[in-house]
Amino acid sequence: MIWVNAIVQGLLLGGLYALFACGLSLMFGVMRIVNLAHGDIAVLAAFLAYSTISFTRVGVLGATLIVLPVFAVFGYLVQSGMLSPALKVGPLSTLLATFGLSIVIQNALQQGYSADTRALNVGSLVSASLHISGQISVAYLSLITFGLAVVVLVALQLFLSRSSTGRIMRATADDPEAATLSGANARHVYGIATAIAFATVALAGLMFAMQSSFSPSIGPTRLLFAFEAVVIGGLGSLWGTLVGGMVLGLAQTLGAQYNPAFTLLAGHIIFLAVLAFRPQGLIAARRTA
Amino acid sequence: MTAAVLTVRRGGRTSVWTALGSAVVVAVLAYLPYAVATSVTGTIVTFLELLAMASMWNLLAGYAGLVSVGQQAYVGLGAYSVLQLSDWGVPPYVGVFLAAVVCALIALPTSLLAFRLRGDYFAVGTWVIAEVYHLVMTQDRALGGGSGRALTTLSGLDPVLRQAITYWVALAVCLLSVLGCDLLLRGLLGLALTAVRDDEVAARGAGVSVGWAKRVVYLVAAAGTGAAGGVILVSQLNVAPDSIFSVQFTAYMIFIVVVGGIGTLEGPVLGAIVFIVIQQLFAGAGVWYLILLGALAVVVAIRLPYGLWGTVSRRFGIRLFNVGYTVRGLDKNP
Repeated sequence: MIWVNAIVQGLLLGGLYALFACGLSLMFGVMRIVNLAHGDIAVLAAFLAYSTISFTRVGVLGATLIVLPVFAVFGYLVQSGMLSPALKVGPLSTLLATFGLSIVIQNALQQGYSADTRALNVGSLVSASLHISGQISVAYLSLITFGLAVVVLVALQLFLSRSSTGRIMRATADDPEAATLSGANARHVYGIATAIAFATVALAGLMFAMQSSFSPSIGPTRLLFAFEAVVIGGLGSLWGTLVGGMVLGLAQTLGAQYNPAFTLLAGHIIFLAVLAFRPQGLIAARRTA
Repeated sequence: MTAAVLTVRRGGRTSVWTALGSAVVVAVLAYLPYAVATSVTGTIVTFLELLAMASMWNLLAGYAGLVSVGQQAYVGLGAYSVLQLSDWGVPPYVGVFLAAVVCALIALPTSLLAFRLRGDYFAVGTWVIAEVYHLVMTQDRALGGGSGRALTTLSGLDPVLRQAITYWVALAVCLLSVLGCDLLLRGLLGLALTAVRDDEVAARGAGVSVGWAKRVVYLVAAAGTGAAGGVILVSQLNVAPDSIFSVQFTAYMIFIVVVGGIGTLEGPVLGAIVFIVIQQLFAGAGVWYLILLGALAVVVAIRLPYGLWGTVSRRFGIRLFNVGYTVRGLDKNP
């Protein structure tokens, strides 16, 4: 029964990882940028929500509604102010620029908030859970996170396949020059992609911060989890990302059940195993994004 | 009428002066432990470690296009190799050089996995692999587990002598790394890498074994970085997994190489000098110094893609290390 519980928790944890990962996947798919500050953006969002709540007393939901648009705008600005010029220089520059951003965010948070761990207070919701049977009970927060992940993935899928902006985004991803010749504003499209990526990872950061404690230094680990979820699932496939997140979450909770010291290691090993035996990912994309 | 005589050769007067100048600098550096306080040599040891690591990262990223964010794996493995070898009776100063061999051996199977990823994904993939080595080392109780351990086999030495030997070992590792890059790039491998950098498909077509060239570079970089990690252990005398496997080491390497000038052998030297000066000036300012480094990296990545040395070199056509060829005689009219 303990193991069944671990499986259920692991699968639900996958929702959180997918939420972390979809922005990373989108930015890579559209601009070929791996944002090394991805995890730090999530942590920054958590701290912003923390401060918003303590200064204005708006509550977690209110803080979320404030933080997400702020991060969408922040994403657009980072794209046009930093990533866009870096893209012109070359692929190495974007990597370096985002790495620099990561170091700046981490240390600025450390300076502003100290290295202490904090948590977002969600009142009684933090411990409320759905009792299923025996030793299995599922926290409402995990369920909400998983549900949000599915909603975000469906919305992204619909946005990319149905909306005209989504179509232009796919066209720009396939061939930026041809798309620009046909009238697409690549810079604007990239800005929107980054805005979406930042908003989703901010949401992931907030959901994470409601469930566990956070500190300025945890960003890089979140980036690695997101990255692992993307690669395990298969590059360029949004549903693959959800599957990848669930496999990663499963590996971690099962590893933790066996020995808490193996939590992270089990996840990394699954990732390496996929890399070794199925480098295209569990769910290969129909179209190479 | 005489036909134009084109001669192709390496370098010229500048490279002779570079060799002479470097020899003088190295001789002065080697003499320093007799002349200055240990606090000064201690700072120079840090500089030499960083320069060795940065030269290796430059070889990886600047010449082979392998942008790794996981070189801290070899810093840590190098340090732990020295510790393990010393437990087995190998003197740590010898261990530093054996650590290079150990790291190259570990890098071989690692490259099989890491090379499945390309470009930016290679960068993050190597980071994950470094985390795996980090987590595995925390499980090794004999080597101190999660809290780390001290290197005790050097405690019998007189501290002044110990610091002097550490300094010379650091100097040797750094020289081997920088000269190793120079020699490697002058040879067939350098030619292959240049071809790959310019056009990978064309290079393949011309019969360059791209995979081989990149793998050799990866192994060499692991070896050099591992030796530098070994030097860190013999200078600090203790090791903790969380700090020795910190991604900060790779951040420093990247900063030094990018600010100095990626893809040039002179760049890392200049970058390491800039880095150590900033570190000495702002060490008291805590994290502000890291914020400054991060911000500087962003600015350089966007505004100065060739780095300080690359910009100077392009403008004035100076190369101190001549790994390329110069064609002479083109300017003379027949």
